[in-house]
Amino acid sequence: MSNSFLIILGIITPLFAALFSYVCRYNNNLRDSFGIIGGLITFVISLKIFHGIQNNEVYQITFFTLFDGVDFAFKVSALGSIFSLVASSLWILASIYTIGYMRGAGEKNQTRFVIFYSIAIHAALAIAWSGNLLVLFIFYEILTFSTFPLVGHKQNAESQSAGRLYLSILVGTSLIFFLPAIFWIWLKTGTLDFQDGGILMNKFPAEYLSFLIAMLVFGIGKAAIMPIHRWLPAAMVAPTPVSALLHAVAVVKAGVFSFLVVVVYIVGPDFLLQTKGSDWLVWLACFTIMASSIIAITKDDLKARLAYSTISQLSYIILGAALASSLALKGASFHIITHALGKITLFFCAGAIYVTAHIKKVSDLKGMGYKLPLIFFAYTLGALSIIGVPPFIGSWSKFYLIMGSIEREFIIVAIILGISSLLNIYYLLQPVVIGFTQNSKKEIKLSKAPLTVWPPLITGLGCLVFFFYANYFLNNISGVIVN
Amino acid sequence: MFDIFLDDAPALVVVLPLLISAIIAFISSKIWPWIISIITLLLHLFLSLHLLKEISVSGLIIYEFGNWQPPWGISFKIDGVNIGLQLLFSIFVLVSTFYSRKIFLNEIDYRDSGKAYSLWLLAVGSLNGIILTNDIFNLFVFLEISALASISLIALGAGQNRKALLAAFNYLIIGAIGATFYVIGVGFAYAMTGTLNMNDLVIQLAQYSDGQLAIFAGMSFMLIGLMVKAAIFPVHIWLPPAYSYAPSAVSTLLAALATKTILYFFVRLLYEVFIIYPSYLSLFLDFVLYPLSLLAIFIGTVIAIYQDDIKKLLAFSSIAQIGYITLAFSLKDHIGVASGFVHIFNHALIKGGLFMAVGYFAILYKDRVTLNSLKGFGYKYPITSFALLICGLSLIGLPLTNGFISKLYLFQALYTNQMYFSIALVAVSSALAVVYFWKIVEQMWFSEIKFKSEKEDAYIYLPIWIVTISIIVFGIYSTPIIEFSNLSADYLISGYQN
Repeated sequence: MSNSFLIILGIITPLFAALFSYVCRYNNNLRDSFGIIGGLITFVISLKIFHGIQNNEVYQITFFTLFDGVDFAFKVSALGSIFSLVASSLWILASIYTIGYMRGAGEKNQTRFVIFYSIAIHAALAIAWSGNLLVLFIFYEILTFSTFPLVGHKQNAESQSAGRLYLSILVGTSLIFFLPAIFWIWLKTGTLDFQDGGILMNKFPAEYLSFLIAMLVFGIGKAAIMPIHRWLPAAMVAPTPVSALLHAVAVVKAGVFSFLVVVVYIVGPDFLLQTKGSDWLVWLACFTIMASSIIAITKDDLKARLAYSTISQLSYIILGAALASSLALKGASFHIITHALGKITLFFCAGAIYVTAHIKKVSDLKGMGYKLPLIFFAYTLGALSIIGVPPFIGSWSKFYLIMGSIEREFIIVAIILGISSLLNIYYLLQPVVIGFTQNSKKEIKLSKAPLTVWPPLITGLGCLVFFFYANYFLNNISGVIVN
Repeated sequence: MFDIFLDDAPALVVVLPLLISAIIAFISSKIWPWIISIITLLLHLFLSLHLLKEISVSGLIIYEFGNWQPPWGISFKIDGVNIGLQLLFSIFVLVSTFYSRKIFLNEIDYRDSGKAYSLWLLAVGSLNGIILTNDIFNLFVFLEISALASISLIALGAGQNRKALLAAFNYLIIGAIGATFYVIGVGFAYAMTGTLNMNDLVIQLAQYSDGQLAIFAGMSFMLIGLMVKAAIFPVHIWLPPAYSYAPSAVSTLLAALATKTILYFFVRLLYEVFIIYPSYLSLFLDFVLYPLSLLAIFIGTVIAIYQDDIKKLLAFSSIAQIGYITLAFSLKDHIGVASGFVHIFNHALIKGGLFMAVGYFAILYKDRVTLNSLKGFGYKYPITSFALLICGLSLIGLPLTNGFISKLYLFQALYTNQMYFSIALVAVSSALAVVYFWKIVEQMWFSEIKFKSEKEDAYIYLPIWIVTISIIVFGIYSTPIIEFSNLSADYLISGYQN
């Protein structure tokens, strides 16, 4: 198979999954199986591309010219190959989990749910493989619009207002800041293509670079840096499979991925290091990390707590991009993988607890550890990985981020990262502690949903196993970032 | 045999619809007026294509009526500035006439259909005259004919809602004031120069090279009159009721083309004639048109957010979009004027498509279309709803639609003129456009009410989809629109820079 054909196939497979789900909407089992099949196909393609990138193969395809110097084109970068691998592999597990969750919770409109779920994955993959900033922007918007029906899935007043907030913040910021920033870059350089080392050097006035970075980081609202973070907790009204795959992996990672791509392939790390245009962002990211960790402690609702934890973890990646040193960028890129794996585990578990025991609050978890041992085991694995305890995969990215901040002589940042880990321990492990130490007086009737138990166990164990294979991913990353 | 007529093509595109309109007024049939109109407009399109062919060879056609030389006779001028608009006009009128039949049959008594199409062709002929005329008094005549035809067409909406009469009356009064202003200005110009022909006017005005108060007064009168007619903020108040209470087919025609033709003449007057007084021109552009455009963009968008009636919402969004066009025209350079023309083309398609889709909903719902009444329409009428969605996304300006191309060129024009505040305002207002448009989408697809899909009329949704597909095609392959706009700007701006 030719390389360009692989890209097309990978991008349209989720669309076909959506189409077939619609065609087979009267047969539930058949309908839901297309998510798994599509996930398998895209995973194989992503894996092949991932290895191809390691062997310096070029994957690109150009469809047509949109305007001067900007084509509708896809080109897989090293970063993109990682993001697509994460999104497609977790899509398989999330599809299995979705079947268990949606049926277990008795949600309505399951066909619409499955269709938009697939379209969202399509957009995420297209973002990962986009060849220039405008194509990335197009699919960034499609991702927003396609997840709107998922956020407002329950169609009650709460989910409707959450959906509005979600849409207005994400589309609003992208139109007010992101798109003008793209125009600005285009007017200065005449191109929007992703190139190793960036395209702005010698073409963009250095004194305005901080301003451009601000437009980008606030324009890419999906990266959820404070104060543009409110949409993420609001989006937690969605069914848990959405929170798990989209609001821990595809959507938010598309945000930080977009920002990383801009830093690495548009602005260029060297240009950033020279001008120090993003140093202010380091402090904003640190503030977001600390503030959202503290908010997370106060949240009793498990999903809300995880949402704030996500905001905090996303800012790790923003922090790494803002530091722009090679170690920090390595850590930031790797954090996309590690956090995805860890956070999807936690969300899977939160949803599984909801479906089996109908518990949403942390304080209601008393004694549940003994009743749901497998779920709590998986949860603990995921939590430890996010905290960054060796031998879990999350320790690598944190290690590189701390190294990166020391490399740039931001010692305070390294200390903040350490404190944040302590806070992580508190708010992520508290549910486990409550679950195993205190005894509940209430009798809780458990319903069975086995399909929601296995996916978190697989991802949780993945956090442990991949610790030993970190180099497998790091090879790809360092090939590009360290010139 | 045809060749004899082809020589007179510039006159025929105007005269033919006017002539036929006089004939079909007396036909009281359900279908014949429509068939005759379609045939007329097919001929009209053929003539426009012939003009395009001629222009690509000679670059300029001056047609003198009755072979009277200007400045005595009336003349039409076709050059690079208006040929693109002429084509768009011809094609869009044909599509909307095709669309109009079933809509008219639903909204007005079928016995009136002859009269309706008579007025329709009258409006088409006179609006086309505005595009072609080279004579400032002749323009006044066409302005009046088009106004009277549109007012009568709007009043036809009274069968549905009596407020249409009030809207028509409003338009009549305010339009008459605008026309009076304009004709007073023409009077001043004629008194000072003794000519009405635009080319001659430039030559004659040159003798007052320092300018004279009477001339400036006349110019101001003319410009204000045209601003009223083009619904430039704050003299736009006739437009929202007129568009929203008119029969759906009529609002499609008016929203897409009526203000655009006047805007075209407005910019031509500015850059072809008034250019000989650069200080006056830049005074007007910088201190009148530019701030008013910004206000129009912001206020039009904000008012649109608070509208419940969908047609009114679209009308207020038109006010804002006209603001984008005048903002571009106020920039005084090639790229600015070109981006204004780009948006004239694109917005005609977008707003035309939106009004077509909403007009169809009005027929189906048999009442005024409000936000509430749209509940579940996305499932009930999926074909039309999807077209509406695409047109709306283009209105917001998302990539792969022609609205994005407009925005791209507008940003580029503003950026080269270093108008960063305007860039910010345009960006904010396009984000606010999401708010009012998404209110519609939310009602259509995400309300609690569900319907089974119902059959939609292919005679109505085909024209809607022709417009919608053109929106996507011109979003991806924007070269024709860009070429025509650059051509227009070339012709207009070359005078300015000399």
